[in-house]
Amino acid sequence: MTRTTTTVITLVRRVLLALGLPAVLFAVWWFATAGSTDFYVPPLSTVLGRFGEVWTGERLLSDVVPSLARLAAGYLLAVVAGVGLGLVIGTSRVVRDVLEPVLELFRAIPPPVLVPVIMLFAGIGDTMKVIVIVSGCIWPILLNTVEGVRAVDEVLSDTCRSYGITGPSRLWHLTLRSASPQIITGMRQALSIAIILMVISEMFAASNGLGFTIVQFQRSFAIPEMWSGVLLLGLLGFALSLLFRFAENRVLAWYHGLRRAQRNP
Amino acid sequence: MLDVRDLQKIYTGRHRNVEALRNLTFHIGAGELVCLVGPSGCGKTTLLKCMAGLLAPTGGEVRLDGSPVTGPPPGMAVVFQEYGRSLFAWMNVRDNVALPLRRKKLGKARERELVDHALEVVGLADAHRAYPWQLSGGMQQRVAIARAVAFEPKVLLMDEPFAAVDAQTRAELEDLIRRLWRELGVTVLFVTHDIDEAVYLGQRTLILSTSPTVVQEDLTIDLPDERDQLHTRSSTRFAELRAHVYEQIQRAKHHHGDREAPPADRSENLAPQTTKS
Repeated sequence: MTRTTTTVITLVRRVLLALGLPAVLFAVWWFATAGSTDFYVPPLSTVLGRFGEVWTGERLLSDVVPSLARLAAGYLLAVVAGVGLGLVIGTSRVVRDVLEPVLELFRAIPPPVLVPVIMLFAGIGDTMKVIVIVSGCIWPILLNTVEGVRAVDEVLSDTCRSYGITGPSRLWHLTLRSASPQIITGMRQALSIAIILMVISEMFAASNGLGFTIVQFQRSFAIPEMWSGVLLLGLLGFALSLLFRFAENRVLAWYHGLRRAQRNP
Repeated sequence: MLDVRDLQKIYTGRHRNVEALRNLTFHIGAGELVCLVGPSGCGKTTLLKCMAGLLAPTGGEVRLDGSPVTGPPPGMAVVFQEYGRSLFAWMNVRDNVALPLRRKKLGKARERELVDHALEVVGLADAHRAYPWQLSGGMQQRVAIARAVAFEPKVLLMDEPFAAVDAQTRAELEDLIRRLWRELGVTVLFVTHDIDEAVYLGQRTLILSTSPTVVQEDLTIDLPDERDQLHTRSSTRFAELRAHVYEQIQRAKHHHGDREAPPADRSENLAPQTTKS
């Protein structure tokens, strides 16, 4: 057997394994609800039937895109602020000692509770929603960055010093790259938090967005449409995590290789 | 070239102070290859870090070409023992070697030339695109050596660089160091705990006492300049020198700075290696 054939077979096997359980779950959902007359649990065929007409066309632009834009803005801001603050806190012991108790306090506050508070001074527009997303998903990024920065190897740090690799060059080539596995772990956790907060912020006060639309459907007893919204959120989360995994595999290829090399020396 | 004068290092801890280096004075001339050997835990790494400007001494000073070393001097490169931790795992071999050169702003062509040459002389001409963790330990240490070579230092400090590689690789790397030293005309200080290595490699061997450390002996290695693993190591003179260093190290284990004219501010009844703060 040639190497290409082996690779193709491995790939097919992995895809089948990955898609197996979702397929089974969909089948169970499909058959369990097939003849359903329960108003609140419509057959999956009905939900899927509505899916197309609800989420394409006008609603895609008026609700899905604004939601995704808020998600992107909030998430990216959280990444920039989390990594930036994490670098400062991780590098300086004094800053860490001063900020740590305060950070623990803020981290302990569940972000949805902050929505009404943030509404008071940021209004009910996009700013509020972005702030809510940032306030919730900055924590895993920040804390993981701090840990990653603190774990920079001493020998490598001495190596940089003796070769005069300092300042921005050190920050990029040593600190950030060395902390990148932890930073990316934090970013992965933050992504799912960001999606949750995007929906929650839109449920409170909004005139468009996925969260808003799903609540509207529920209140107007458009049950299959509501279910189709839930399904869309699930698919959205899945797609984003696939995208994330893809990016991670590229950025952290060295790290996965290093780990494999350490496991089988 | 490299002067160490009255160098002292005391680590200050919460409950006790540890005097790692008592009083070290020695001189290394330009172009020399000097080995530094001593019993384990005698503060070899501390000394090397002080010389590299990575650690501030408590007393005394290190001078490179007459000017005191207060931080890592530009003309110095260090090769550490832990090759796995001194290379950038996220960069391939070539980038690892090239990174320290960027600051020198030599221009792309010159930089490429230096990197190519350095990898060539350490025998890694085929490994430019590999990542360090794809290489064996000996090859990783070669990358670290190539990085030092490309940097074109006046002084090369090596901290037990071959302690973690197997015996055969170690022999190859020892010959590589001698060859590079002769070809590049660089001054080399080679720290080791291996007596054979200390005799085989250098022109001089500094034997250190146990901590608190002083220089116990400054021994000239009068072996011929042409050395090879087989003949040099089986020569009578090698055996004599080796026996001598071995005896000195054994003596060193019971000998430390306290035996020699203790400083007036230190009382003799304290534990030899520590003073209560």
